[in-house]
Order: sequence, then structure tokens, then C-alpha cells
Amino acid sequence: MIRLQHMSKSYGPYPAVIDVSFEVLKGEIVGFLGPNGAGKTTTMRVLTGYTPPSEGVVTVAGYNIESHSLDARRHIGYLPETVPLYLDMTVTDYLHYMGRIRGMNSSWINERLPKVIDVVRLGDYRNTLVGRLSKGFRQRTGIAQAILHEPDVLIMDEPTIGIDPIQVVETRQLISELGSEHTLLLSSHILPEVSMICKRVLVINDGRIVADDKPSALSSRLQHAERIELGVKNAEPRAVISALRDLKMVVDARTDNRADQQQRAEAESRLALLVDARPNAHAAEAIAKLVVDSGWGLTNLNPLPLTLEEIFLQLTTEEELES
Amino acid sequence: MLTNIGVIAGKEIRTYYASPMAYVVAAAFLAITGFFFVASVSDAFSEASIRGFLAGAVFFMIFMSPALTMRLIAEEQKLGTLELLFTSPVREAEVVVGKFLSAFVILLAMFALSLFFVLLLYIYGVPDSGPIASGYLGLILYGAATLSVGIFASSLSSNQIVGLVVGAGILTALTLIDFVSERITGTAQEVLNGFQLGASFSVFDFDSFGVAQGGHFADFARGIISLGDIAFYLSLTGVFLILTVVVLEARRLR
Repeated sequence: MIRLQHMSKSYGPYPAVIDVSFEVLKGEIVGFLGPNGAGKTTTMRVLTGYTPPSEGVVTVAGYNIESHSLDARRHIGYLPETVPLYLDMTVTDYLHYMGRIRGMNSSWINERLPKVIDVVRLGDYRNTLVGRLSKGFRQRTGIAQAILHEPDVLIMDEPTIGIDPIQVVETRQLISELGSEHTLLLSSHILPEVSMICKRVLVINDGRIVADDKPSALSSRLQHAERIELGVKNAEPRAVISALRDLKMVVDARTDNRADQQQRAEAESRLALLVDARPNAHAAEAIAKLVVDSGWGLTNLNPLPLTLEEIFLQLTTEEELES
Repeated sequence: MLTNIGVIAGKEIRTYYASPMAYVVAAAFLAITGFFFVASVSDAFSEASIRGFLAGAVFFMIFMSPALTMRLIAEEQKLGTLELLFTSPVREAEVVVGKFLSAFVILLAMFALSLFFVLLLYIYGVPDSGPIASGYLGLILYGAATLSVGIFASSLSSNQIVGLVVGAGILTALTLIDFVSERITGTAQEVLNGFQLGASFSVFDFDSFGVAQGGHFADFARGIISLGDIAFYLSLTGVFLILTVVVLEARRLR
């Protein structure tokens, strides 16, 4: 349904997206994950035909987004990051207008409108001015315009940003439901959200795709990435940290700044350190050997599980992990 | 193609209908042109014509047309709805023409209300119908050109005030051309005069109620319809609508 081949997009001399290739098949729900400024919005703007790619070929629903832009756009429902609404129209008028703009005729709109309003649960607000709606309801109105014309492809840019927590939960649920009927590409900078809704995650950082996998595989692939709590006696902190960093399986070593750890370490007059190691590298053994060989006192060596956020952080800060 | 233009024009007309701007502009237009109309016909021996109305109208439309159009594209940029329009199966030209037509309809409604002045002439005098008809034809063409400049100005930024100032600025510059052209000679003067929009500051000279003598409106006011003047206003309208489309396309290519 969506195919990008070596797509790059630059704004003047500044590259925003570099050589991105991926494909989203019919019925897939794909999360597009990356920190702010990674290139998510740019990629989505290219996909929706808002801005042409600088290089590469992009097709949506079988149509080239440059040469057959209008045909491609007919098959796309799009919710941009700032929900685009005409504040002085009522919900019904707004949706009716959007339907017409999307090429629907009046009878099709009249048939779809009650269903869509029902799906996004806007029934009580159908005659309210959009400008009077709360953020969560504006978001729903935005989602309603995106699904009104029964598009094959649904593209949503940060659909839960800036709305209150209860409405976030409802919005996520709504999006999951939509996933059963549409091919869906959803961007987010919140990993749990993506792993909750999506069956596949693309991770983008600095304009490049750095991972493409199931959320579960993404975590399990990195589950063996280790963070190790290390306690050392009779050693000079800087010497220990630089020695640890010289180990090839170690990504980073630093003093453990968590307050309780610091207190305990001081009481026991030892150093408390945190070591991040590469996956499947048996780092604990190597660290133990290093500490003993250097003549320091090893007081504790304790592997910790990584949270999803930290995996994400690792993915997007450590590109070599991919290669 | 036509459906999209119609849908966009329809939506904009409804927005005009629901917001105060169109009413404010129409009220100001009728009040100000009414003043000039009255001033031009209230002398004992004044002729039963709409000369005063026309002179006032072409002058104040320099500001009123951009006021009508300043919202049209600037607001879409501000709200982010332009992104929605241009990810829908709609062409830039359809958006621009649709929006232009909506403002044009409002303008025609304003002119229709001003026919009240004409009615008064026919009740209390024996006006010459020719100059009235040609005057309104000129006004419609002139109005289209000023709206087109206004829409172009509105497309330049997301700030409506910028749209108003730039639009009125361009129209004022085209109006003030004779201040420059009367100080030069030869071909340059003729070429420059060819761009004279038609309004004149001599509108404030209550003996003449002037429109620019060398300008494209002068003949319409006199009852003469010349192809050159029609072509000038139509091409001005076309050029600025195309420029607007270019601005919108360039915005996406950035």
C-alpha cells in the first residue's frame, strides 16, 4: 500500500530524511517511531503528497505520489500533527466540507457521516462549533475527517500529542479499532504507545531508518543488551570508567547517580557505577575479569533489565547496533 | 475540477456570511460611496450621474478589496488547513479560483446593494443609462483585479494584516503611478501610464470627483467601453491569480 524507495528529502541544504526505503502492506498497522526532529513529519508529508521528495520513488495505493498525486491522495486519509480545523464551522459542516474536498458526493457523505461520528464518539457534539471543542474532541474531529472517505491508507502524525491522559487512552483505543479496517501508519515519539497499537515498528533517527521490526522482536533483540550495576572498592573513579570504556563490549560506563545508590556506596566506601553493554557479549564476565586483574575490589555485579524507553534510546543513539 | 472550485467557493461564501468582515466592508463601502454620491448630486445644477459614486468606489476599493481577501489564504496557513487541502485531491489553482470567486460574489452583492443610488437617480432625475451601465461593468472588472491582488497578498504569509498591507500597498502603488509618470516623458511615460489602475486621489476634489485621467477606468466612467481597458483588468486579474498559484506551489516545494 505504501512503498518508499530510496526516498530523500532536503529543505535547501539541510537533509531531513536520507535514503529511506520501506514498504507497508495492505492491512498492516505500522508505528513510526523517532525522537522529535528525526524526520517523521517530513516523511509523512512526502507520503501524503504535501511536499515532493527530493530523491527516490514513493507510491501510495499503487500511484506515484509525484506523477499521479491526485489519484494517490484520493486513497489517503491524513491527520497532521497540528489538527487542521476550521474553528468557525460546526463539526457536521466541517466534515461535510472535508468529504466534498475529498471527492465524495453528498449522498455518500450523508450515508457515511453518522457512522463516522459514531465511531469517533462525537454524537453529542455534532452541531457544536469546532472552536468550542476541547483538544481531545478536536482530535476526534480530525480523525473523523481522515477516515470519512474510507481511505485505503490512513496516516496519522502524533495523534495523541497534547491531549489529556484520559482522552489519550480513548484515542489510542480508537486508533487500534481503526487498524482493523485500514492500512495504518502512525508516528509517535512514545514507544509504549506504538507497541500497544502497532504490529510493526519503524524507528527513524536523524533522517534514517535504524530499525524495522515487531515491537516484541525489537525488545527481545535488545533484551540481551545489558545494563550492569557495578560496585568497586579501592579504585579511582576515572581510571575505572576509562578502563571499562576500553572494553569492546561496553557501550558506556558512568557513575551511578541515583541518590539511594550513592548513599549506600558512600556508606560502604565503594564506587557505584552503571555499565551499558552490547547484546549477547557476555559483558559481566569481562567486567569481572577486568576489575580483578586491575587489583580493585569487586563488591557487586548486577545485571538490570532495560525498559522499553531505554531500548528506544539505545536504538536511536547507537546506530552501530543495527549493523 | 469545477466541482472542487464550487465546493471551495461555497464554503468561503458561507464563512463570509457567518463572519463580520463582509458586513463591515459592505457597510463601509456603502457609507463612503454614498457620501461621494450625495456630494456629487446635491448641487442645484448637478448632473444625474453616478460619477461621484464611481470615483469613491474605485478609490476606496484599494483598501476594501484587500480587507475582504486578507483572510482567504493567510488563515488557512495559520490554522494548518492548507496542509489538509493540499493532501486532498485538489489542485492549487482550484483552491485559488474557488476563493477568488467567493470574494467576487461578495463584491457583486455589495455592488447590487449600491444600485439603490441608481434607483434614486431614476426617481428624482433623468440619468443617462449608458455611463451607468459602463460604469458598473468597469467596476466589476476593476473589482476582480483588486480582489486578485488581495488574494495574492494573502498567500504571502500566515498573517492577515500582512495580507491587507501588502495588498493595499500594491494597489496604491498602481494608483500613484501618475505621480511618477507625469514627471517623465516619452515611451517610459506611456508604458508607465499603461499600468495606471484607475483610481485617483483627486476624488477628494469635490468639483471633479476624478478618476485617473490616463487610467483604465476613465473611459468606463465616461460611458465608453474599450477592449484595451477590459483586457487590462482581465489580465491583471489573471496574472495575480497565477502568481498566487505559483506562491502556493513554491511553498510546498521548499
